Amino acid sequence: MDELEKLFENYDLSRDNLIPILQEIQEHEGYLSPESIALVGKKLKIPNSQVYGVATFYNQFRFVPKGKYNIQLCRGTACHVLGSATVLEEFEKHLDIKAGQTTKDGLFSLEVVACIGACGLAPAISVNGEVFAKVNRETVKAITSLYN
Amino acid sequence: MNIEVNNISVEANNGETILDVLKRNNIHVPTLCHIKDMLPSGACRICIVEDIKTGKLIPSCSFPAYDGLKIKTHSYKVINARKTIVELLLANHPNDCLYCDRNQNCDLQTLASDLQIKQPRIKGQKEHHNLDFSSVSLKRDPDKCILCGRCVRVCETIMGVSAISFINRGSRTFIGTALNEGLNTSSCINCGRCVVVCPTGALSEQTQYEKVIEAINNSEKTVVVQYAPAISVSLAEFFDIEAGTDVNGKMNAALRRLGFDKVFDTTFSADLTIMEEGTELINRLQNGGKLPMFTSCCPAWIKYAEEFLPDMLDNISTCKSPQQMLGAIIKTYFAEKIGTKPENIYSVSIMPCVAKKFEEQRVEMGSESISDIDAVLTTRELAELIKTYGIDFKNLEPESADSPHGERSTAGKLFGVSGGVMEAAIRTAYAKLTGNELEDLKVEAVRGLEGRKEAKLNINGFELGVAVVSGLANAIQLIDEIKKGRSDIHFVEIMACPGGCINGGGQKLHSDIEDIKKRMQSLYIIDIDENEPLKVSHKNKEVLDLYEKFLGEPNSHKAHELLHTKYHKRDVLL
Repeated sequence: MDELEKLFENYDLSRDNLIPILQEIQEHEGYLSPESIALVGKKLKIPNSQVYGVATFYNQFRFVPKGKYNIQLCRGTACHVLGSATVLEEFEKHLDIKAGQTTKDGLFSLEVVACIGACGLAPAISVNGEVFAKVNRETVKAITSLYN
Repeated sequence: MNIEVNNISVEANNGETILDVLKRNNIHVPTLCHIKDMLPSGACRICIVEDIKTGKLIPSCSFPAYDGLKIKTHSYKVINARKTIVELLLANHPNDCLYCDRNQNCDLQTLASDLQIKQPRIKGQKEHHNLDFSSVSLKRDPDKCILCGRCVRVCETIMGVSAISFINRGSRTFIGTALNEGLNTSSCINCGRCVVVCPTGALSEQTQYEKVIEAINNSEKTVVVQYAPAISVSLAEFFDIEAGTDVNGKMNAALRRLGFDKVFDTTFSADLTIMEEGTELINRLQNGGKLPMFTSCCPAWIKYAEEFLPDMLDNISTCKSPQQMLGAIIKTYFAEKIGTKPENIYSVSIMPCVAKKFEEQRVEMGSESISDIDAVLTTRELAELIKTYGIDFKNLEPESADSPHGERSTAGKLFGVSGGVMEAAIRTAYAKLTGNELEDLKVEAVRGLEGRKEAKLNINGFELGVAVVSGLANAIQLIDEIKKGRSDIHFVEIMACPGGCINGGGQKLHSDIEDIKKRMQSLYIIDIDENEPLKVSHKNKEVLDLYEKFLGEPNSHKAHELLHTKYHKRDVLL
């Protein structure tokens, strides 16, 4: 928390800086924790419901920590055409979480992203930056079993 | 300047919105997100009118009137657009009107009916959100929310609380608390302003009448009821009687017909509160206690202070509210008097307030396993009960409240309106300090519906400074001044709801400001009624009797044990 407190020193504590501050906290912590939301509200004198309201408005903010392995699933056009929707469904079923969530054991988090620039490999996913090509329903299990 | 509405020229004033002009000329345009006297949000678009020159549809609530403007309020285009708006709202609305709290009392239902929507033409995907039953005062059903934002705005601008806000974006938007937790762990102060402004069944009070009916039908229980000062002037409207009519006698009769064993008046304990609070104020003034002293009758204000002003809790009077005082007396003195155990008494109170439901359940309000009060019904719930039990309210013969807690002063009655606690307290404090009664009992400066009132009174050469605020946002301003060093104010009355309890969160929905004024006037008329000889709290014989036989002196040890309490800092997400 002390580190978080320090972060505010670089900012004028006005409403205008709400989003940049949230962004920097997320960069530091990987997500926006309830504690950090409360702290932002207190520092900027904005009701917590409004801080939360602003944060949830933007897709870029997450409210649960990422898993040890963060799966980014591409939902760009090429991946979509080649069946990324089914891949997403399979991941959600297999990990028993929804996109944007983290498994209870903290091992995997699932994130839906726009084009990751690997259209030739569609449908593509990346796990902590490692890209897997031509993923389908059948290979989902095999991929996750590589990370334990 | 003039604008033309439906081919008729009407006068408009500078700075008025189109809607203001239309309302003044009795031309009806429906609204949903609009709240009178607040900045328009223009969110719902239901108030659109057609600009004849451009053919455009413009929102009348936020569009300023200008000279030469020509509009149609009910053109083909306008009606079609309004219809589509309502159809879209209905597209993801649960169709359970029959079972909804707001059935026949719902703006959306009325609009659908007025616009003759007979078919579910548009079917939308329904986002499901869990019900929030976590608060003891309020319940939320976000599925019924149409996102007009009225609740969010009153919570922020009138109360200065902002417990709720818009969460997420686009079609996934809903109204929720910080971190989407239950209302019970939020900064919500239970005032119920959101319920009063909600156009649908998305927000309502937690009802308790089932519990009450059960108790009434339990032969082992002595079921006792008390009603707040504001109730008798607020109940008439539910039964086609002129707003503001004092129906105290009929109400007593109705409560007996419902099966309550004893009918007491909270105004009795308003008088008792004045004895305790007046004595406390005098003690603080004479012994260098913390000043200014704030009143403690309003449970929404108390929770607000516990959350937002933990450093000022010592400034709040230690007196329990009249509801809790009478509750405590009923379970002790009255129980003893009728020779029954307190656990065999079921104590109900009728309040114009939903925060009272929260107050009643506070752990401080009772002793060991005995709670001061067992159930709180709002004015709305009482009216419904009277209807359910087929009581012909209009034609009831008036009856009196029961002894020993039925006598009351007209000063206590004033508790129902902002400034009333102050006025009653001034009357008694003056008499205690000078030994004489005030010559003119009426304290004009603290009367009326203004959000903030101040007065200076000369008592024995001492200048007593008093302030009265209603609508917590007004209180925040005053408290800021006090924090910055203002010291000419000694006593402050704070009520969360604008105008006080006559405009409480438990009162009739869709109450018009004129109705609220009538309720206020009625309380002032009772105060000058010649048939009401008891004008000051300290001459209430039943109250004096209670001191003589049971409590001893005001602020005595026993009084402290039963009638006073402490407040605690609350850690919630602010």
